[in-house]
Amino acid sequence: MGIYHRPGKLKDALAVLATTGARPVAGCTDVFAATEAQDLRGDVLDVTAIEGLRGIFETASGWRIGAATTWRDIVHARLPRAFDMLQQAACEVGGAQVQNAGTVAGNICNASPAADGMPPLLTLDAQVELVSERGERVVDLAQFVTGPRETVLQSDELVSAVLIPSKSVHGHSRFLKLGARKHLVISIAMVAVRLAVEDGKITDAAICVGACGPVAKRASALETALIGTSAEGADQLVSPAHLKDVLAPISDVRGDAAYREAAALELVQRAIADVLEQVP
Amino acid sequence: MISFDLNGQPRSVDVPLGRRLSQVLREDLHLRGTKVGCDAGDCGACTVLVDGAAVCACLTPVARVAARKVETIEGVGVAGPSALQKAFLRHGAAQCGICSPGMVMAAEALLRSNSTPDRDDVETALGGVLCRCTGYAKIIDAVLDAAGSGAGPEPEAGAAVGARVERLDGVAKVMGREAFGADVVPDGALYVRAVRSPYASARFAFGDLEAWAAAQGVRVFTAQDIPGVNCFGVIERFADQPALAEETARMVGEAVALVAGPKAVVEALEWDAFPVAWEALVPVLETRSATDPEVKLLHAARKDNQLIAGVVRRGDAKAALDMAAHVVEGTLRTGHVEHAYIEPEAGAAWMEGEVLNIRACTQAPVLDQESAAKVLGLPKERVRIRPAATGGGFGAKLDLSVQPLVGLVTLLTGQPSVMVYSRPESMAASTKRHPAEMTAKIGADADGRLVGMAFDGAFDTGAYASWGPTVAVRVPVHASGPYVIPNYDAEARAVHTNGPVAGAFRGFGVPQAAALQEQLFDQLADQVGMDRLAFRRLNALSDGVPTVCGQELAGVGIGACLEALQPRWDAALIEAAGANASPRKTLRGVGVASCWYGCGNTALPNPSTMRIGITSDGQICLHQGAMDIGQGANTVIAQMAADALGMPVHQITLIDSDTAVTPDCGKTSASRQTVVSGKAAVLAAQSLRAQILQLGNMGAAAEMSLSGGVLSLRDGAARRDIALRDLPEIAHGYVLWAEETYDPPTEALDENGQGAPYAVYGYGAQLAEVEVDVALGTVKVLRITAAHDLGKVINPLLAEGQIEGGIAQGLGMALMEEFHPGKTENLHDYLIPTTGDMPEVVSHLIEIPDPEGPMGAKGLGEHVLIPTAPAILNAIRHATGAVLAQLPARPDRVLAAIKAVMS
Repeated sequence: MGIYHRPGKLKDALAVLATTGARPVAGCTDVFAATEAQDLRGDVLDVTAIEGLRGIFETASGWRIGAATTWRDIVHARLPRAFDMLQQAACEVGGAQVQNAGTVAGNICNASPAADGMPPLLTLDAQVELVSERGERVVDLAQFVTGPRETVLQSDELVSAVLIPSKSVHGHSRFLKLGARKHLVISIAMVAVRLAVEDGKITDAAICVGACGPVAKRASALETALIGTSAEGADQLVSPAHLKDVLAPISDVRGDAAYREAAALELVQRAIADVLEQVP
Repeated sequence: MISFDLNGQPRSVDVPLGRRLSQVLREDLHLRGTKVGCDAGDCGACTVLVDGAAVCACLTPVARVAARKVETIEGVGVAGPSALQKAFLRHGAAQCGICSPGMVMAAEALLRSNSTPDRDDVETALGGVLCRCTGYAKIIDAVLDAAGSGAGPEPEAGAAVGARVERLDGVAKVMGREAFGADVVPDGALYVRAVRSPYASARFAFGDLEAWAAAQGVRVFTAQDIPGVNCFGVIERFADQPALAEETARMVGEAVALVAGPKAVVEALEWDAFPVAWEALVPVLETRSATDPEVKLLHAARKDNQLIAGVVRRGDAKAALDMAAHVVEGTLRTGHVEHAYIEPEAGAAWMEGEVLNIRACTQAPVLDQESAAKVLGLPKERVRIRPAATGGGFGAKLDLSVQPLVGLVTLLTGQPSVMVYSRPESMAASTKRHPAEMTAKIGADADGRLVGMAFDGAFDTGAYASWGPTVAVRVPVHASGPYVIPNYDAEARAVHTNGPVAGAFRGFGVPQAAALQEQLFDQLADQVGMDRLAFRRLNALSDGVPTVCGQELAGVGIGACLEALQPRWDAALIEAAGANASPRKTLRGVGVASCWYGCGNTALPNPSTMRIGITSDGQICLHQGAMDIGQGANTVIAQMAADALGMPVHQITLIDSDTAVTPDCGKTSASRQTVVSGKAAVLAAQSLRAQILQLGNMGAAAEMSLSGGVLSLRDGAARRDIALRDLPEIAHGYVLWAEETYDPPTEALDENGQGAPYAVYGYGAQLAEVEVDVALGTVKVLRITAAHDLGKVINPLLAEGQIEGGIAQGLGMALMEEFHPGKTENLHDYLIPTTGDMPEVVSHLIEIPDPEGPMGAKGLGEHVLIPTAPAILNAIRHATGAVLAQLPARPDRVLAAIKAVMS
C-alpha cells in the first residue's frame, strides 16, 4: 500500500511529485473504474485539496479552468456562447455522480480516445498549463495528448490548469455525442463545432471529431473550406474529403469503422447546422 | 484517521486514505444500505451525498470526505419511510430493491435543489443509476409524486386479489435495510476468491500451491479437494459442470481454484503470481463450426457437440408451404445477452453443528441444496439453504454460483466464509441468453390464413448444459407464436461451444424465436396485402383450436390482447404517416408482435408446496417458499392466500424461503410462481379455512376475523369465538395449519412433440412506435402499448411493473445488448437501458380466466419481454423498410440495413 498525499498547497504537491513519483489523481472516476481493488495502490497525489486549483474564471489572456474543476462546475458556470459545447459535453460525462467528481483536467490526462472533453477543448484551442519544481510550461492540448492513454506529462509535473485563449472565445458552438443509449454512454462518435458569422459569412471555424481515431482531431481542411463562405447552407458543403485526415476509426462493440466515418460526417453537418441556427 | 459527518453524526475511521468510500461504509462502518453493483461508476447503486451532491461512493477515496457531510440511505427516513420513500412504495418503484438506495439518494439530491422537477429533470437526475427490474417509469413517477401523500390500499378480508396493494416486503427495500447476498458477513469469515480461466479453452496445471498458499497466509482449494461429485447441473440428467474445473477449462471465467483467507490478505494478493500454467487450446466459438466432424467435442459423449434437439411436428409443413399462395422466408442471428442484475452474485456459509448453512442470492433454494449436497458429498439434510434477498435474477440465479464454493471452504475449514463476485467476475461466470441462428419459412393462403411454418434454430448453449435442454424443448413448442398453424415443423438444437454457459433468461429461447417469426409475419401480411394487425387477429389462436402441439386450450386470450391494441394501432398509423409526410431525417414507424408462453416446466412434474398456520397468539404465518427476486411473489401469493382463507392480507406474516422452514416451492422460473405456488397457497388456505369452519361448525360463507388471539366466525346470525390459546399446538408451532401441494397437470410430448406440455399459458401483444434516424441508424422508441392477458390480475401495480420491466429488457435486447466474452464484462461496454431510453409504456391488463390457474390467473413474468424486440424491429421496418438480420439493432447495423433497402 502506498502513501495517499492530499496537500493543500501547490508547492507541497510539486515536492511530493518530485520526490515520490506519486500518481496525480483528481475525481478518481477513471482510476477507480480501472481497478477492482478496494484501495488505490501505490503512491497517490490527490489534487483536490490544493488551494486555487478549482474553478473557471476569466483572465487577462482568456479563461482559466483550474485542474480540480469538475464537470458540474462547468455546467453551473456562466460562460460565453463559445463554451456552450463544453457545457453540453459536461452534461454527458457519465451521470450526475461522475459529473460531480470528475474533472476537466482528469479527462484529458486520462487520454481516452473517447474523452468527452477533448473535442470541445480542442475546438477552443485549449492549452495545458504544466507545473513542476523545474518550472512551468504551457503546451497546446493538441500536443499534450499523443495517443490512447498517452500524454507528454512528466512524472514530476502536474496539470495546474487548462487555458482557453481569448481569441478562441468567439462565436457559437455545439457538441454532439452519438451513443447507443441516452445516459452513461461511451460515444461511438462525437463532434464539437464553433463558428463565428459576420454579415452572413463564416469568419471563424473550429471543428473537431472524437472517438474516431486514437486522439480527437481538428478538421482543419474543413475549417479552411468554411471560412469566408456564406453561412447559409454551409452544412451542405461538408464532404467526406474534408474529414479524410481526421478519421481513423476502429471497429469495436459499439460500431464498425465504416459506420463511424458516415456518422462523423453526419454529426459534423448537424452540428454546423445547429450552430448556424443559433446565430442571430 | 478520517473524520466526517455521517448522517448527522460525527464519525472517525482509521482506514487507508485511498479506500473506496463504499468499502469504508459497508465493511469498516458496517452500514450496508449503500449497495455496490460495479465498482466502476457504471451503475450508481452506491450513490451517496457528499455535501449534498450525489457521487458514487465506489469512486470516492475516503480521504475526499474528510470534514465533509456524508449522507447515506441510513440517514433517510430514520423513523420510518420518508415522504420520498413512501412515494416509492405507493408507486411500486422498488422491485428487487438493490438499486433503490441509489435511486433514493439520487432523487434526494435532485429534490433538494428542485422541489418541483418535471419528468425530464427526474430522468436526467436518475440517469446515472441503473435499474434492471422496473423499466424506470414507476421510479420516475414516485419522484415526481414525492410531495404527494397516501398509501396503497389495505383491503378487507376477501378483497385482496385485484387490489393495488403495496409490496408487503417493500419497506426494507426502499429504506436500504434489505439484506442481499453481500450484506451479511459472518464474524471471522474467510474471504473467498476464485481463480478463473482467461481462455475459452485451455489445459492447466498447478505449480506448488502449498508453498504459495503458505507464503501468502491463505488456503487454496482445487477440484481435488471436492469431497462429493464434482459435477452439477440444473437438470440432473444433463449435469456436466464442475464446481472447480479439472485439468481443462472450457470457457472464459471458469473457476479452477479457490483462495480463502483473511479479508485484507486476500484483497492484497498479486493474482499474477498464482501458480497455474495455462496451455491455450483452439476454442470452438460458433455453433456453425461446432458440429463439424473434425472439431473436438467439449463433452465426449455428446456427438457433434449437440446437447439435445427438440422438435414439434404437426401435419405436413413442407407440402403446405409448397402449395401456399404466399410464402416468406428469413433468418435471424442473435448474440449473447447478459442478465445484468445490479447485484453481483454473493453469499456466505457457516456451520451450525453438523449442518452447513449457505446464505446466498438465488432463484432456486432447493435446487441449490441438492446440488451443493451432491458436490460436497453431504446428505441433503446437512445442507441448509437460507436465501439472501436477491437483487435481480431473470434466470441466471437459477444456476449455482457461490454456493458450492463457500460451502466447500466452510466445510473443509470449519470456518465461516464469504464470497462476493466482482462485476467482471459476475459477467464472465454467469449464464447468458442463448445466441441463436434461426431460419424460418411461413406460408399463408390467398385470404391470409396461415397454412404452414418450418423453423430451424441452433442455440449456442456454451460450455455446459445448464438450461440448454429447456431452451431446445421450449422453442419448437412456442415458435409458432399464439397462432393457428395447421402444418408445422420446428426443430431447435442446443449446441456446445466454448462460449459462456447459456442458461435461463426470461423466456428460455422464445424471445429469439419470436423475433424471427413476428418479423416474417409482417412480411407475409404485406405480401397478402393485409393490415399487419388484422393479419394477426385473423390467425390468432382461440379456445378449442389445437396448438402446434395438438393441445386444445381454454381461456385463450391472444384475440382479446390484439383487439385491445386496435384503437392505438389505428391512431399510431395515422400519426406516423402524418409525421413522415414532410421530408425529415427521422422516420416514424409502428410495429406489433404477440407472445404466448406456457407456465412451468415443459411436460414434466413441477410441484409447489405451501404451508399456512396460525399460532396460539393469533399470528397467521404463510410459509412462502417461492423466491421473490423482485417480481412480487411475496405479495401476490399472500394476496391469493388471504382471500382463500378469508382474512385481510395485511394480517398475514410471511415466513421467507429457507430449506429448513419452508416447504419446497420449486424454482422462480418459467413464470410459474403465481400459477403453481399461487395455486398451492390457495389450496392450503382453503384447507385451513375448511378446518376452521369445521371447528366452528360454520357454513362455507362464514366470515372470519382474528384479533387478540381470538378467531371470530360469523355466518348470518350465528357467531362463534375460538380462543386460539385453548387449542393444542399440533405441529410447526401452530394450533391450526394446513399444507397443500399443487402440480400442474401436463402430458408428455410424443416423438413429434404432440401432447399437452403446459397446464396454463399466458398471452400478450405489444405495439411499438419508433422514430428512426435514417442518417445515423439510431432508434428512439416513443411509446409501447402493451396488452397482456393475466387471466386474473392479482395486483395491478405489480403487474404493470412486470410489464414495464420486461419491456426494458426487450428493448435492450432489440437495440443495444450484446455480450462478448473477454471484452464486455462491465456495464459501460455492455449497455442496458437507462432512464432516458425508455418509452412511455401504456399497459392494458386483460382478464380471460384460465380454468386451471388459481382464481383464473396466468403467468406474466417472461411473457412481457417476448413481444418487445419483434414489435420494435417491425416498427423499424415499417419506418424504413430495413430488415435486420442480426440483433441487437445497433446503430451501425440499422444504418447498413437502411442503405441495403435503399440501394
